[in-house]
Amino acid sequence: MSAFRNPFDHRVRLHRSGCACGRHASQAEHDHAEALEARQLQDRVVEGAVMRALFPQDEMRRGFLRAVGAGTALAAVSTLFPLGLAKEAFAQGAGALEKTKLKVGFIPITCATPIIMAHPLGFYSKYGLDVEVVKTAGWAVIRDKALAKEYDAAHMLSPMPLAISTGTGSNPIPWTAPAVENINGQAITLAMKHKDKRDPKDWKGFKFAVPFDYSMHNYLLRYYLAEHGLDPDRDVQIRSVPPPEMVANLRADNIDGFLAPDPVNQRAVYDGVGFIHLLSKEIWDGHPCCVFSASKEFVAQNPNTYHALLKSILDATAYARKAENRKEIAAAIAPANYLNQPVTVVEQVLTGTYADGLGNVKKDPNRIDFDPFPYDSFAVWILTQMKRWGQLKGEVDYAKVAKEVFLATDAARLMKELGMPAADPARPIVVMGKTFDPKQPAAYVDSFAIKRG
Amino acid sequence: MKSARPWLAPLLSALFLALLVGVWYLATYQPAAEATVDSEYAALVGQAASTGAKSAMPTPGEVGAKLWEHLSDPFYDRGTNDKGIGIQLLYSIGRVLLGFGLAALVAIPLGFVIGMSPLIYKALDPFIQVLKPVSPLAWMPLALYTIKDSGISAIFVIFICSLWPMLVNTAFGVAGVRRDWLNVARTLEVSRLRTAFQVILPAAAPTIMTGMRISIGIAWLVIVAAEMLVGGTGIGYFVWNEWNNLSIANIISAILFIGLIGMALDTLLARLARAVTYRE
Repeated sequence: MSAFRNPFDHRVRLHRSGCACGRHASQAEHDHAEALEARQLQDRVVEGAVMRALFPQDEMRRGFLRAVGAGTALAAVSTLFPLGLAKEAFAQGAGALEKTKLKVGFIPITCATPIIMAHPLGFYSKYGLDVEVVKTAGWAVIRDKALAKEYDAAHMLSPMPLAISTGTGSNPIPWTAPAVENINGQAITLAMKHKDKRDPKDWKGFKFAVPFDYSMHNYLLRYYLAEHGLDPDRDVQIRSVPPPEMVANLRADNIDGFLAPDPVNQRAVYDGVGFIHLLSKEIWDGHPCCVFSASKEFVAQNPNTYHALLKSILDATAYARKAENRKEIAAAIAPANYLNQPVTVVEQVLTGTYADGLGNVKKDPNRIDFDPFPYDSFAVWILTQMKRWGQLKGEVDYAKVAKEVFLATDAARLMKELGMPAADPARPIVVMGKTFDPKQPAAYVDSFAIKRG
Repeated sequence: MKSARPWLAPLLSALFLALLVGVWYLATYQPAAEATVDSEYAALVGQAASTGAKSAMPTPGEVGAKLWEHLSDPFYDRGTNDKGIGIQLLYSIGRVLLGFGLAALVAIPLGFVIGMSPLIYKALDPFIQVLKPVSPLAWMPLALYTIKDSGISAIFVIFICSLWPMLVNTAFGVAGVRRDWLNVARTLEVSRLRTAFQVILPAAAPTIMTGMRISIGIAWLVIVAAEMLVGGTGIGYFVWNEWNNLSIANIISAILFIGLIGMALDTLLARLARAVTYRE
């Protein structure tokens, strides 16, 4: 109670910027601690109920506890009655978790923020899950490991579940994307030597890198180039390069630039190798990038675990959405166990106050944002681009594939349970000034002058 | 051959090392440059970028500090993706020994059969010749796809790359056992099994050991690349993770450790080879 503290002491803060109770640095941290406490309280209630059932007479229970000690008593009761399971069942309400130990794969980029931060900040444990987040070397590897069931769920680029489900680039296996992780948060970075070539029309013959063939990065870069009259297959070269190799390649002059996930862009600036030409939000404000994904099989066999996992991701995403939490998150995910990057690089990406590589400090709080709702229209847009660039052949039932992969109804229900604001289903998609009508995908594909097939 | 001055070679080695570090120091030496940008911007970028330069190679001092950091705490475990270099090296050595051991179990008996029967030798030769030059990493996607377990896939890659030198050398050694010795054994009516174990095996042992030495060298080369692909644990993953962070000092430390362990493995097998050599 600071009201009773000595106001002449220089350590005492009269204006509290912290939380309501004063024990935490911020209101968010306070809320988080409160939620954990609520869970503990819940656990106590379950324990109390079990003990009451086992020892109807209080005297007997006290005698037992005095005789063996609390620790032994707890162990003994646990062997008779699965206390842990009971607590989880209680926390879940609906049903017991089929599986509590899970492995979730991620690629060390800021798009994975909700998946990663849920580990150090305790969002998984809040829903009774013991999740191991495993850093993975590249998109092809994360896909193969997820297909091989080494991972229960994985961080993927939003087009990947669509590609897996339609059997593009791998055998068709029903895959799902129940939550989008981040929107925006990518950028086009060019090598320092091109700092005077800001007009894409001068980019003929450039070599660009994108993280994967089936990525928003590939489609956005192609879209951007094509809008400026460059054919992405003939006038420039686009290669698929794993994010960690991008800065090294830019430094070695092997590539002229890339459209990459952060922190790669900011890292290129940090190392003085490149400058940020354009944020991806300037191409399409609010575009999805990465998704949280799992196989349809996992969703069907472990409905409760899947819901708990999805809830922790949605909860973490909501936490990441608030600007005031971003610094804390940056500090939590920068260490070697997660992103393995300097904290300032991650912080610049998440807070949107960043050095652009040309000597300016720019401020754009929406540089990256987190919005978990997997709009069907996102999937349809991605499919139109897959079709446009010849990755998808033949007739495509856009709406059907989108519905089956992007589980919008699940996300909507759980978001409602968590008290998050409902998503606007009619949210418009505007890419470089052109509005996309998800009901007319085929016409959209035909409307482009530069396309394949 | 005995040298009159045994200390000369180590002295020269030390001199070369000093020269190398000296050149490295001079090449990476950068005088403290003035920041060319305002302080608000400088706080957001690395030291090199704030002076208008690209980030440079680390100096010997920085690498030395990193090395000391790794050596002073090699076995820490700060979560799934951040383990000490000692633990990573143990993972890698474990994988190599497992893959290599399995390969030896297959290659030596098979090599024996191939070496003892000219017919089988000729029949299998085309397969061996085609499969031998395939880079072990080319097997990786196939292994991941069929085995569906990245850990076992890495071991399989080690297995497949250590197989061929041992197989070829065993067959070669067995086929090259002197006719006289086999004839003596036959005159004395020694059974075929006993001939194999007491005449051919000792006679072919040095060649087999050479094959094993080549194999473990290759296996140690391949494990780094395999772990960079598969990730998770091991020194290859460590290198990849530090590459991700563009931390050249850590990568140089890892290179040193990889070299030292490789040397140790090679020396071990060289010792074993010496133990089985004989004089005719």
